[in-house]
Amino acid sequence: MTNSFADFMKAKMIMMVGTNMSEAHPVAATFVKDAVLAGAKLIIVDPRRTEMVDFAELHVQLKVGSDVALINGIMNVLINENLYDKEYVDTCTVGFEELKAKAMEYPPERAAEISGVPADMIRDLARRLASTKPAMLMYTLGITEHICAVNNVMSCANLQMLLGNVGFECGGVNPLRGQNNVQGACDMGALPNVFPGYQRVDNADARAKFAKAWNVESLPDKPGMMMPTMLENLPTGKVKALYVFGENLANTEPDIRHVEHCLESAEFMVCQDIFPTETTRFADVILPAAAWSENDGTFSSSERRVNRVRTASLAPGQAKPNWWIFKEIAKRMGHDWASNSAQEIWDNEVSVLAPSMAGIKYRRLENDGIQWPAPTEDHDGTPTLHKDGKFTCGLGVLKAIDWIPPAEVPDQEYPMVLSTGRRLYHYHTRTQTGRCEGINVLLSEETADISAADARKKGIADGEMIKVKSRRGEVKVRARVTREVPEGLVWMAFHFREGNANWLTNPAYDPITQTAEYKACAVRIDKI
Amino acid sequence: MADLSYVIYDFQGGEIMNETFVLDGKETPFRPGQTILEAAKNGGVVIPSLCYLKGSTPTGACRICCVEVKGARSLMAACSTPVTPGMEVMTDSELVHKARKMNVEFLLASGRHNCLTCEANGNCRLQDLAYFYKITELKFPEKPDEDIYPTEDINPLIVRDFSRCILCGRCVQACNEVVVNRAISQGYRGVTSKIVTGGDLPYHESECVFCGQCVEVCPTGALTEKKAQGLGRHWETEKIRTTCPYCGVGCQQWLHVKDGKIVKVTAVEDAQPNQGRLCVKGRFAYEFIYSEDRLKTPLIREKNGFREASWDEALDLVASKFKEIIQKDGPDAIAGVSCARSINEDSYQMQKLFRAVIGTNNIDHCART
Repeated sequence: MTNSFADFMKAKMIMMVGTNMSEAHPVAATFVKDAVLAGAKLIIVDPRRTEMVDFAELHVQLKVGSDVALINGIMNVLINENLYDKEYVDTCTVGFEELKAKAMEYPPERAAEISGVPADMIRDLARRLASTKPAMLMYTLGITEHICAVNNVMSCANLQMLLGNVGFECGGVNPLRGQNNVQGACDMGALPNVFPGYQRVDNADARAKFAKAWNVESLPDKPGMMMPTMLENLPTGKVKALYVFGENLANTEPDIRHVEHCLESAEFMVCQDIFPTETTRFADVILPAAAWSENDGTFSSSERRVNRVRTASLAPGQAKPNWWIFKEIAKRMGHDWASNSAQEIWDNEVSVLAPSMAGIKYRRLENDGIQWPAPTEDHDGTPTLHKDGKFTCGLGVLKAIDWIPPAEVPDQEYPMVLSTGRRLYHYHTRTQTGRCEGINVLLSEETADISAADARKKGIADGEMIKVKSRRGEVKVRARVTREVPEGLVWMAFHFREGNANWLTNPAYDPITQTAEYKACAVRIDKI
Repeated sequence: MADLSYVIYDFQGGEIMNETFVLDGKETPFRPGQTILEAAKNGGVVIPSLCYLKGSTPTGACRICCVEVKGARSLMAACSTPVTPGMEVMTDSELVHKARKMNVEFLLASGRHNCLTCEANGNCRLQDLAYFYKITELKFPEKPDEDIYPTEDINPLIVRDFSRCILCGRCVQACNEVVVNRAISQGYRGVTSKIVTGGDLPYHESECVFCGQCVEVCPTGALTEKKAQGLGRHWETEKIRTTCPYCGVGCQQWLHVKDGKIVKVTAVEDAQPNQGRLCVKGRFAYEFIYSEDRLKTPLIREKNGFREASWDEALDLVASKFKEIIQKDGPDAIAGVSCARSINEDSYQMQKLFRAVIGTNNIDHCART
């Protein structure tokens, strides 16, 4: 996030796009609700009538996968009615002319045709957004889980820059991150193209610096494979060994049947986890790891805040901290690593090697943590990025972006759209929440959420078992008839192996980030 | 030159306070709009209360915070009375203590406030007040059994013991004004008053989303965590601060630990980012770590399934297999997926293993999918 959670409560205008915050980030949602009670205006852009719509003054119920068209339509109005922040655009950004030319191709009527949002509502939305400064934009996976993930993200950034909202408290572009430490895993360089602190592997200086620190001759210079490519390369034999640490790929990746075929093809597979999972079934070696409260360490949250994690109990049996396991494998491959605790790893390596985190040391993390960038030890951290529109990279880049439809759209055989996500009571594949007393009582099985209109058409009653089928597979699952979903949409989660949406989802990816299109594929539903 | 002697900074608000009132005989600055309770706290006098909940509208329900205000016809509730310039407030007078004591006595008679088996024993504001006022016996007749609503313990996570409820309404304020889940409210009237969900249904059949904020703010043992029952007294547990293992908000938690076991989880008040709030997963989904299903020893696949192995054997096998593949097919034939749930230091180590030891950039995690 460019901004901080503390801004949510103070914001005057909030636009939430593709985020079911009260279920996926419940505590963050409480701050948005507080803001609304204090008079803030809330606009929700989502195909579903999520719970937060109760607090919104406008629910923009766009069709799944039409975000770029809608945002281009909004920008068309902002530019034509001269409602955008001209001064900000002139002084803080580049690319306006290209953006303008593209936005002109999306008059509200065209955007309406694609998105299903009435043209007048698009005009109204644009005017409302321009009425209050700064406005805060938040998004989650409704933006990113599409084949146009990058385009969707850039459209959000375009809109906020056009409105002059980036670089100010209670403004900015704010993706709420799904896992406790997905920000941290990125920050630490668990990505194929960057070292810790986002230093590129194809930069010779960065390689030289890390090679020296890690006491090796050289480091590989070509970006590696992204996870979907790794899986695809298992059956081809290009990848022989897969090391899976704390991931349950067999349930979380799109098209489970295909994913399992890939995992099965691995010549050698190591799983490091705290539980046996659907994925560990494919392992050759399983390494037992210490869990959350059995470790000292740090997590980095969505707001770039590095927080302490502390040991409260002992790991069971012979389970070991993950960092120790990696160190021991390195040792057996001829590398002796000096750091012998999470604190030593952070203080002596991470914060030394990653300039944006250089000022963060364990002794400074006793209370509320620190938000990077914190380049020096007397720096208090950075609650708002790109302060006053002064972008880290110089000028903010406005990009002309075209709308493209999802990879798979409904047809006669599969006439409905399946979109997927998370529910309040469980976390991902339930390896953890499924083992907590009481939680399973609150949510004990997967459902296919459908509209009353579709239920009526098919003669399906609420709570009845139905069949949901896509080109990848089919599941039997209980129908939940709800006003949350519009006609033509089926909505499911992936918490349960039975009825897991990923038996159905489409492994089509964004060409740049390889983010899968979990939010859109074509299905049919049938009475059993 | 203006007299600046009373201009001080209130570091919480960051605003200048240049009005004063008289607090227990001492001239004390306040910020316009502040209540007596808040201004007194800034002035170093903590006025006891049961119903006051920071950040929500004061209700003045419990009358424990009553104070004497010169010129007022009766005692005033400090939590809901705004300070005015020059106001003379007495928080420590005989009249004040007499009234507070009587209010506590009323509350003690309003239910069954027997501490012996109460989960809140040692962590109860009513108990603290009864102790402070040396109340050793009930002065008023106890509410009859038939007027006490039965305890709700059929929902999976929260016990609602109405015999210990003093109707202070903190839970209602927290639910409606802090987390804004709007699941509970004050219901019925007079002696039949009760904190109710819509339709007075049990929590799990209502709008309740089990964030447990009501439990967090309950000043007595009326609302408690079901799974913490009997696992440890307040004074037996150690509080360890940590970060929630679920979503990316990064809520700060207190783990209440007894004998190396987490007994319950509460929110760290005033901490960033969550400011004393948690959700159902953060508060109630912690005991997976004690599951019997945990992997406890390295396992190696054999023809007929997995067998237990020593760390040395398992790690040697992994290292030798990796070396063999590197030699035969090159380092890029190995790929790794790190974990977005585990600590930073683990992801750092894994990418270091892949880059510096194996010699490939084939390292990724679930951020993209």
